[in-house]
Amino acid sequence: MNAPAGSLLAAEALRKTYGPTVALDGAEFSIHAGEVVALMGPSGSGKSTLLHCLAGIVTPDAGSIVYAGREMATMNDAERSALRRSEFGFVFQFGQLVPELTCVENVALPLRLNGTSRKEAERTALDWMQRLEVDDLGRKRPGEVSGGQGQRVAVARALVTSPRVLFADEPTGALDSLNGERVMELLTEAARSTNAAVVLVTHEARVAAYSDREIVVRDGKSRDMERAV
Amino acid sequence: MSIGHTLLGLLESGPRHGYDLKRAFDEKFGHDRPLHYGQVYSTMSRLLKNGLVEVDGIEAGGGPERKRYAITDAGVTDVEKWLATPEKPEEYLQSTLYTKVVLALLTHRNAADILDSQRSEHLRSMRILTDRKRRGDLADQLVCDHALFHLEADLRWLELTAARLDKLRTEVSK
Repeated sequence: MNAPAGSLLAAEALRKTYGPTVALDGAEFSIHAGEVVALMGPSGSGKSTLLHCLAGIVTPDAGSIVYAGREMATMNDAERSALRRSEFGFVFQFGQLVPELTCVENVALPLRLNGTSRKEAERTALDWMQRLEVDDLGRKRPGEVSGGQGQRVAVARALVTSPRVLFADEPTGALDSLNGERVMELLTEAARSTNAAVVLVTHEARVAAYSDREIVVRDGKSRDMERAV
Repeated sequence: MSIGHTLLGLLESGPRHGYDLKRAFDEKFGHDRPLHYGQVYSTMSRLLKNGLVEVDGIEAGGGPERKRYAITDAGVTDVEKWLATPEKPEEYLQSTLYTKVVLALLTHRNAADILDSQRSEHLRSMRILTDRKRRGDLADQLVCDHALFHLEADLRWLELTAARLDKLRTEVSK
């Protein structure tokens, strides 16, 4: 495919079925560095499947995904894993922090997996925790912090490797509105400061309002509202 | 918003000149829509006529802008009554959007497109408000939140209607 000019990550004609269920039926997508794009649509519309395909977690049955000029289908599993570990960051609805580790160890984990020394990894982790205003929670375990704090720790972990794309699937879904908004403010500020692209799945308009534009997914098809007008 | 009651309420903390009232109003409640001087003076003369304010003094030079107004006991009672009376919730039963959707279905146009464009327009406004909120103080945040929650309610209706379009098409074509 010819990815739209300047796009960091782009997809076209994506198709994915699970048994008889068609999750994606020709979906398209594109995002450039520093942009925040919201994927919106009703439950079961295919927006999470689209995010999983874009992130290389799920392989589409057909269609093309190009990241930084490379066709994802030509990468092997090891290359895709490396991409997810170093170029992509992830935040999900429930922080999914490792309960046995302290918050700073959780944030440092992606760096440790990439071979960074413990000292260096934790120093960088603390920098990110400071930006997300949770640096005072470093020695606590996830079970000892509130939902909003845990989610900020999860955002710090997602950004600690300075990913080029941050995938956020309903990142505020489990939070009340005040905490949800603070997470969105800090997440988008942090991402913009590093010029990371953010792919944001949400069904909440107030969360989508933190994006630069939205793509609506319905029945596995996508509609880019900016290009539609 | 009742400008009269708001100005009366502002007078409760002490007598003020017309221009001072306008400034206090704009600062606290004006945000996007500052008062015109004309509105202030027409409102004050109405309040004066109804005995809710009185002229507390006139500065040399004359003219309405030199008058200093004070709230009367009747004015205080009026503010109290206004504050204690709940506002009638707006029910929005005559929605232009609803009419557009039904008309689109009746004339075999694409109603889903209308809903999508409207969602996009709403989100555009919500982005502007979110940005303003991010830069603003607490007062700004509260004003923007009020608008954001209303827009969000519209959006929820849009989503629900989008999900019910097929059913609505059947109903309206009966």
